[in-house]
This record gives sequence, C-alpha cells and structure tokens, in this order.
Amino acid sequence: MSLRLLRNGKAARLGDALSAETERQLATAPDLTPEEAAALDRDLFTFAEYDSEAAERTGYSNYSYWRSTMQLFWKNRTARFLVIFLGLLLLFTFVQPYLPGQYDPNLIHYDENGLIMKNLKPGESGFLFGTNKLGQDLWARIWSGTRTSLFIGFVVALSECVIGISVGVLWGYVRKLDKFFTELYNIVDNVPRTIILILISYILRPSMSTLILSMCFVGWLPMARFIRNQIVIIRDRDYNLASRCLGSSTRKIIFRNLLPYLVSVIMLRVAMAIPTAISDEVFLTYIGLGLPLATPSLGNLIIAGRVLMMTPSLRYQLIFPSVVLSIVTISFYIIGSVFADAADPKNHV
Amino acid sequence: MLKYICKRVLFAVGSLLIITATIFLLLRLMPVEGYLGAAYEKMSPETVQILLEEKGLLDPLHVQLARFYDDLFHGDLGTSWIYRPNVKITTILAPKIPVSLTLGGLAMLLALLLGLPLGVWMSLAKGKWPDKLGTGFIVFINAVPAAVYYLFIQLYGSSAFHVSMLYKAGDVRTWILPIVCMSLGNIAYFAMWMRRFMVDQLGADYVKLAVAKGVPRGKIMSRHVFRNAFVPMIQLLPSSLLLTIMGSIYVESLFSVPGMGGLLIDVIQRQDNTMVQALVLIYACVGILGLLLGDILMSVADPRISLTGKEGAR
Repeated sequence: MSLRLLRNGKAARLGDALSAETERQLATAPDLTPEEAAALDRDLFTFAEYDSEAAERTGYSNYSYWRSTMQLFWKNRTARFLVIFLGLLLLFTFVQPYLPGQYDPNLIHYDENGLIMKNLKPGESGFLFGTNKLGQDLWARIWSGTRTSLFIGFVVALSECVIGISVGVLWGYVRKLDKFFTELYNIVDNVPRTIILILISYILRPSMSTLILSMCFVGWLPMARFIRNQIVIIRDRDYNLASRCLGSSTRKIIFRNLLPYLVSVIMLRVAMAIPTAISDEVFLTYIGLGLPLATPSLGNLIIAGRVLMMTPSLRYQLIFPSVVLSIVTISFYIIGSVFADAADPKNHV
Repeated sequence: MLKYICKRVLFAVGSLLIITATIFLLLRLMPVEGYLGAAYEKMSPETVQILLEEKGLLDPLHVQLARFYDDLFHGDLGTSWIYRPNVKITTILAPKIPVSLTLGGLAMLLALLLGLPLGVWMSLAKGKWPDKLGTGFIVFINAVPAAVYYLFIQLYGSSAFHVSMLYKAGDVRTWILPIVCMSLGNIAYFAMWMRRFMVDQLGADYVKLAVAKGVPRGKIMSRHVFRNAFVPMIQLLPSSLLLTIMGSIYVESLFSVPGMGGLLIDVIQRQDNTMVQALVLIYACVGILGLLLGDILMSVADPRISLTGKEGAR
C-alpha cells in the first residue's frame, strides 16, 4: 500500500512543491544586521535551568469530543426527559411480569361459568387494558410486545450499523471495490425484499430469530449506500491527502480521519434505524411474514387490532398498542436528532 | 450528453438482464408445493410431475431461463400462473396501472404543492413557531408507522367529511382520503429536505453579498436561494416517482383501491413466477429510468453539474 502511495503522482508533486518552497525561503531569508543582533535579548542565548514541572507541561486543552457531545445532549431538556422516560419504560417492560397481579400474555381467561372472558372493556374485572377476542390480557400482551419490538429494534439497528458501516466504508474508500459494490447494490436493491424474506423464512422456521435475521439481511443496504456517499465526499479532502502523503495506513485513515468526521451523520442514521426497524416489523406482520401470535409484538397487536377497527367499542384494542408504539418511535426519533446535533463539533463551544 | 445517455441506457439493459436472471433463479428456490395450491396433499406423485412439467419447471434451469429471455425479446411477458390463471399479464396490469398512476400522481402533486412551501416557510421562520410546528409534524410522520396513522385517518376522516370509507372510481370525493394518506409521507419528506437545503443556502456568502447590495428579500429568496436549494431536491423526485407507480400497499388495501399496491407481494406469496418476473422487470425499468431522469434534470437545472466531465468519474 505505502509503495503505491509513494508512486502516487499527486502526492509526489505536493512533496516536491513543499520542499522547493522551504528551500526558497531559506535561501532568500536576509541575515540580521549587527544593530538588529545587538538589540536581541541576551537571555535568549543562555542555557535554561532544568525545570521538571515545565518539562511536563504540554499544550493542553481539556476539550474532549465525547464529553462535549454528552454535555450538549444533556443540556436539551426534551432529550433528557425522553432518555429517562425510555429507560424507565424499558425497565418496566422487564420488571412487569414479576409485579404482583400480572397475567401471562398468552393465558386465556375464563369466568366462573367457564366462558371465555373475551373483549372485556379496559378496566373491567381488573384487566387494565381489557382483553382481546381470545380472552388474553391486553395489558400483559402490550408490555410483552413492547419488549419484543424493542429487542428487535435494537438488534436489527445494531447489526445494520455494524454491517452497513463496514461495507460502506470499504465501498467508499477502496476504489477497486467501488464498481463491484455498486453493481451488487443495483441488483440487490431491485430484488424485492419480500422474495428474500419469504425464502429465508422458508429455509428456516418462522420465529423471532428468523425475522431478525431476514431483517438484517436486507437492512444494511441503504446504510452502506449512505455511508459510501458520505465517504466519497470527504475521501479526497486535503487533510486526507496530507495524511496519505505522511504514510498513514488505510486503517488509520478510516478510523482516525474518516469515521470521526462522520459521527454526527452516522448517529442520526443509527437513531433512525431503531424506529424504522420497529415500523418494518409492523409491515412484515401486515404482509403475513411477522411473528406468530403466541409471541406478542407491537406489530401483531396492531394488525390484530386493525381488524376490529370498524367496531367502535373494540377500538381500544387498536388504540392502546398504537399509542405505545408511537410514543416509543417518536422518543427514539427525537433523541436521535438531538444527539446528532450534539455530536456535530460545529455546535460545540 | 446524448452519448452519456446512450451509455447509461446500455448499462441499464445489462443491469436489467442480471436483475431478471437473479429473480428467476431465486424464484426457482421456492418450495414446489407452492405451485400446486391447497390440493397438493391429495395429489399422486404422477399428477405433481405432470403439473410441474406443464409449467416447464422440470427443465434444466438454463433452458428455462433461455425460454424466458426468448419470450421477453419477442415482447411477450407471458401469462399468469396462479393469480388469474392463463390470463395474459398485460391484460391483468392494463386496468391497474392507470388507477395507481392517477392516485399516486395526484398525491405527488399535492405533496409538492404543500411540502415545498412548508419547507420554505419553516426555513424562513427558523426557530419560531411555524418551524417548531412543522418539525413536530415531520417527526410524527417519520416516526410513527404509516400503518397506524393511515387507519386513524380513514377512521376519523371519513366520519368528519362524510365521505365513504372506500374508494369508488366514479366518485372523486372518495379519492380525497387515499390521496391525502399517500401524500403525507412525501409532504414531510419534501418539507424536511427543503428546509435543510434552504437553511444551508441562507447562510451562504452569496446571500450575504446580495443582502449587502440591497437586493430585495423576496427577490433573493425566489431568484437565488430557492433555485439553489431546489437542485438537490430533484434527486429525491425519481424514487418518489417509482413509489407512485408501485402504489401503496397500505392505502390501496385500506380503501380497496384496485391498483398495483401490494400486487407484487401478493404474487410472490402465491408463487406466481411469471407475474413476479414481469412486475420486477417493470419496477426495475421505472427505477433505473427515474435515476437517469433525476441526473439529467439535475444537470439541466444546475449548469454547474456536468455528467460527462471528470467530476462524474469519481
């Protein structure tokens, strides 16, 4: 790599120009006249005493990128509130099954006559959100579903970012790979997602891990494309050219020069990836590729509620999960955009 | 320019061939039972064999693929297998495409008419209440799944405006809700990017110069800022065009619009291979055409952008 860089014409020309300029400056700098030399401070030419403290002193600024980002983020009241709120919500979804008086989300309730307690109104017989048409506790189902959806959202968003960013960086930075990845993208982008999803769920059995796997399988593409475009824009900026001339390895340029520059835009994408994954789950359930009803998720709760929309007295079965889902996705979205703003060094003081 | 377009089109044909071949091969991985319907369990192995042979599924893959391309080059998309057996695909699609195209086109128009002014307005009132209100709207539309807010629009919209919940081809009033639903996403999208590009341009040096020279504010906005901010917007149009033709699966099934929305997913699930191939081909064509159109429009709108020069080679 470094050999090829040495032969890089642009770099060589730049180096030549720089050394020529330095030589010119040295050659044309005039010597001091005796008067000027006499006017110089004598102290400048005596030996300084060794001072261990001064030796330790460096050009130090207590600026830290991540601390400034966090400070700026934490200053925003809405974001602070939402982070705490989401944290509590997440905690609650995990704690909820262990609270007293909770039911299993899949337990079907019967009354004393052995009849299914179906479609109970919210609050009736101790069911806070009522029951669905199978007599299952909607409250328990919604929190279990939120847990599932959040889990899917996190895992899919995380893997999307890891794969998307790695591929995107290679695609954008390594010119040799550009043609290959562009062609690959054009093809994969035009193959309908549904075919891939159906094939995956045909090969594996339908379950949460299959769903996550298939969502990851197609999800990294737009991310990679996005990162690639960003990298192409900054790849040939002067500071990278200079870095290459000084012999930085590709690895160092990627991790030290390119990625830190993109933190704020990447963060924005990452934050959006979670609500997008949650919405995608709803869509997949809608077209019949979602989770089985025995694993409640916000997606299958909403789709189940959708069917009952025309009966006004049963609308709560649609409204409750929709409201929870909307709160979660909107919170992530806002946190993401505030964080992206905070991560932009232009906004740091 | 013409040379550039020719080159792009040639490349596009190549990509189309690869895409169709990929789809074709992927479809051959589907389970065999899918082709035979519910009666599969009762069929004897001989019947299965005969039925599969009728569809040409037992030939070697390359023979099948060659046959497919051969038909395609003669302009024959083939006939549907399962969706509407033995009906020509062009006959199936002919009444569907105009419906989606009309609704989608109108929705697109509405989105442009509302989204762009909204974005401009937000950028001019940056930090004041129109901006905050608009941002709230954008966040809501982007974050909440469309499946959810469409339902509520249908539910409360139809009772608020006393219109039928379902689409009727002859009754223009029933078109309103589907069009509004379809345009909301794009309104938010256009407004978001328009605001962003406008804000970027407003801080640019040439705007400061224009202000210093004493150019009236209205003229700066219309002649300079808007024009420059609109150029990157053009890039967003082609993909929106593609969505227009594909139709929206949610909207069309909610309002029972007889369009293209969800057709692809439906035929994939039913394993109607010929239909899938035809639809993917059509969508890929529109998608590639849209990208090309976007690039050409952009170079027309902004003479500084050159498609053929060295800048494009990066």
